[in-house]
Amino acid sequence: MSGAAADELAALKLETATQEFSDIVTTHRPQIFRFLLASTRDVDLAETLTQECFLKAHRNWSSFRGESSAMTWLMRIAINLQKDHWRNRRMQFWRHTRTNSVDLDEASDWLPSGERTAEQRILAKEQVSHVWRAVKGLSERQRTVFMLRYVEEQELSEIARATGLSEGTVKAHLSRAVGRVRAELGGKR
Amino acid sequence: MRFMGLFGRGRDRVESGAELDLAGVDEALELALKNFKESVVAWSDAELGRTRPAVKTVRQRSWQLAAGWALSVALVAGSVSGGVFDHHRRVEMAKAAAAAQAARQQAVAERQAREDDQDLLAKVDSDVSKEVPSAMEPLAQLMAEDDSR
Repeated sequence: MSGAAADELAALKLETATQEFSDIVTTHRPQIFRFLLASTRDVDLAETLTQECFLKAHRNWSSFRGESSAMTWLMRIAINLQKDHWRNRRMQFWRHTRTNSVDLDEASDWLPSGERTAEQRILAKEQVSHVWRAVKGLSERQRTVFMLRYVEEQELSEIARATGLSEGTVKAHLSRAVGRVRAELGGKR
Repeated sequence: MRFMGLFGRGRDRVESGAELDLAGVDEALELALKNFKESVVAWSDAELGRTRPAVKTVRQRSWQLAAGWALSVALVAGSVSGGVFDHHRRVEMAKAAAAAQAARQQAVAERQAREDDQDLLAKVDSDVSKEVPSAMEPLAQLMAEDDSR
């Protein structure tokens, strides 16, 4: 193979990889953003972490071997970024701990504009508020597992791969998280 | 809201074989989780569709981090050494106060002793001393008798 042909092939490969990555971003960005938004309740932070996630993914794109799905790989990066963020916040205890997290009532205001009666909307809002309240009381790991299962609707095996936990541990975290939601819903009277 | 009344007792009812109640519990939970998911999706979609101004992320520089830690360490060291110094100062002040008190007590005791000695000497003087006749008194008496004759 001549030098010019090799260069052309390399350029083609780069172009393909860039296009592939661009498709990955387009496809998975909403899911990553949604997961981070649900986990942090902070729009700006979710946006920042989503950008960092794709930046990191782009840097390591060549090392992605496709052993898991791209979504699982990206989710793992997002989970680690989120963990790092909270750890850094704890370490920098002397800084002014400003948070942009919206409060639970505000988060519960969001409902899809479907065909619901006023009563159904009130009931749905109340339920969403109770679930948020339960989620707030969960540990970081329980919350992550809960969001992946009930918001992203991932399988247990996918969650285990994304979090680096065993399926048994994922089940245990999920069970506790659902127990809390159940208790919170049961407590409203 | 039918499910609310059934909710907390779901497990008991399952054990007693009332499957209808379990269905009620799961229905309620499923509905709540479904609403929650829809709510999060609606929120996320709305935020994704919203254009927001680009904000330059200001990363905290490593020197700021180091300065923060150095300041914290200095504060802790200052507090500890301040505490030690204060304790030392208090001990010194207590010692000085005790010494001054002892000196005052000693002075009072000495003065008291001095006064006691003077009183004792005065008492001895008053008890022991007698009026002694003058050495020339007998001769003076004789001369007085002669004159009278």
